[in-house]
Amino acid sequence: MHLLFEPGFFTSGPVHTAVLIGSVTALVSAIVGVFTVIRSQSFAGHALTDVATTGGSGAFYFGITPLVGFIGGGVVGAGAMDLVGVQRVRSRDLATGIVLGAATGLAALFLYLDTTTSATTGATQQILFGSIFTLDPSTVPLVAALSALTLFVIALVYRPLLLSSVSTELAGARGINARAVGLIFMVAMAVAVGLSSIAIGSILSTALLIGPAATSLRLTSSLRSSMVLASVLAVATTCVGILLAYDSSYWDPSSQGLPVSFFIVAITFLGYLFSGLPVVRRRVGRRRGDLEGARAVDVGSRPMSEGTA
Amino acid sequence: MSRAPVLEVDGVSLSYSGRLVLDDVSFEIGEGEFTGLIGSNGVGKTTLMRVILGSQRPNSGTVRLGGSSSAPRGSLLGYVPQKVVLDPDVPMRARDLVALGLDGQRFGWGRRTRQQHAAVEQVLHDVGAEGFANSRVGTLSGGELQRVLIAHALVSRPKLLLMDEPLANLDPKSVQEIVSLLHRVSRDHEVAILLSAHEMNALLPAIDRIVYLTAGRAASGTTEEVVRSEVLSKLYGHHVDVLKLHGRVLVVAEPGHERNDIPDHPPLTIS
Ligand SMILES: Nc1ncnc2c1ncn2[C@@H]1O[C@H](COP(=O)(O)OP(=O)(O)OP(=O)(O)O)[C@@H](O)[C@H]1O
Ligand SMILES: [Mg+2]
Repeated sequence: MHLLFEPGFFTSGPVHTAVLIGSVTALVSAIVGVFTVIRSQSFAGHALTDVATTGGSGAFYFGITPLVGFIGGGVVGAGAMDLVGVQRVRSRDLATGIVLGAATGLAALFLYLDTTTSATTGATQQILFGSIFTLDPSTVPLVAALSALTLFVIALVYRPLLLSSVSTELAGARGINARAVGLIFMVAMAVAVGLSSIAIGSILSTALLIGPAATSLRLTSSLRSSMVLASVLAVATTCVGILLAYDSSYWDPSSQGLPVSFFIVAITFLGYLFSGLPVVRRRVGRRRGDLEGARAVDVGSRPMSEGTA
Repeated sequence: MSRAPVLEVDGVSLSYSGRLVLDDVSFEIGEGEFTGLIGSNGVGKTTLMRVILGSQRPNSGTVRLGGSSSAPRGSLLGYVPQKVVLDPDVPMRARDLVALGLDGQRFGWGRRTRQQHAAVEQVLHDVGAEGFANSRVGTLSGGELQRVLIAHALVSRPKLLLMDEPLANLDPKSVQEIVSLLHRVSRDHEVAILLSAHEMNALLPAIDRIVYLTAGRAASGTTEEVVRSEVLSKLYGHHVDVLKLHGRVLVVAEPGHERNDIPDHPPLTIS
């Protein structure tokens, strides 16, 4: 057994496609994920993965490429949640839950139909948990285009999105339509989830959306550095996951190798746990402390009485 | 009024589901004037601000800003809402929030120029927020947050600053600090301020004019003109006395007409 790279890793076509699509979709998930976490919309993000499952399994049944179904389902789901009232914080969980329930029921139907009527086995496995080594290289341009479009939209609405994520009142005061911005973001989130569904499966795409973002938000003190760190973590995790999955087929020659999704989710989870360790937090806290050290200047002691004639 | 009005509110009426909240409210604010909008809870202060902002349409009446009723309001107005809830986990420093006051409504990622960075630093200095400029906004204390929100509203150099109850939840020392800060800001930046409060005493030393709102109706003028027994009695529809003691005011209803919706009224005895 080789130390790290088993033979053929660098020359295998499916591995190239997997690394390319995996990295691009991980990057999109990470950037969108940072906003998902600061907007406290993780639950909505998770609901979108369920709607993506419905779309993906439906597309499979009708013989369309699952990517279209994943994204189409997610976008429809985003619209539905907006209609049911995801924008109002109080009805947010309710709206999300209603859409999630309905979508999962439909997904159950489609997955049943997929497995009973299609000759292909493993439809369920492929849709729920991904099939990164069997991706058709011809999907690369579509994935790249959708990823670029999503990142472009996020960059376009960056400032209004940021302000309305921090406070809808302050955004409203500047004439920002927080609801429109929120809807645009939900659609971007749907596309991000759809993209990572083809890599690690629709059910697990929440892991890439939330995991790297949540970890990096713990470790950084500004939004820009959070986005950079989340991107690096997500891409690195995905590549390492692909490598380990490829290697795993050599660990036990009788097996097919373990699924990529398992490794990606495991690394993401361990990373999150690690970032929460007291040692790590203290180190980061000290760096943040430097930034905030100037706080010691007591505002109250400033002579402010001038002017109150 | 000697200076040109920056805000003219003319005959504004507004009702929510048949209940009249603002009843023919008219007043003006001149350039650089510090005006207190005084009224008890639920009297329509926030509603009036939303009408001025343009986010709420009145049933009748007009609002003119800078001499025009149709000019884009964003550049002329700064607004500090009554309720701003911020999450301590969001990695946004006070300085970043102030910078969004310059261009938060614009599209794009936005690279800021050196002048813009300088403007942010200057306004942080003006409001005395340098000490916590790098703290996360969600972790600031009430008084610190007010300073940052004032900087956020002020950094784009508006002509009129609307502040909805910025003094609620502050202790007397912070109230005094914020009031003198606003007084200084309105003088140095030539910005008119309309500040709502449910008590006027803390404001009296600093404000130029007062808009006194009760039961939907408003009286406006200098404090001497408005805070008088005749004017307030007419507004309340029954006799109230205005007592002035050491530069402080007490508004007292006559026995039998005691009510708990009079700002700066001494507490009623509980029977
Ligand atoms: N969107 C709305 N729909 C129906 N009624 C409303 C609405 N907004 C405000 N009101 C009512 O209008 C009245 C004035 O409300 P407003 O918020 O303007 O009062 P306020 O003077 O700002 O009070 P406070 O000092 O408590 O902030 C209240 O009775 C309130 O219940
Ligand atoms: Mg109010």
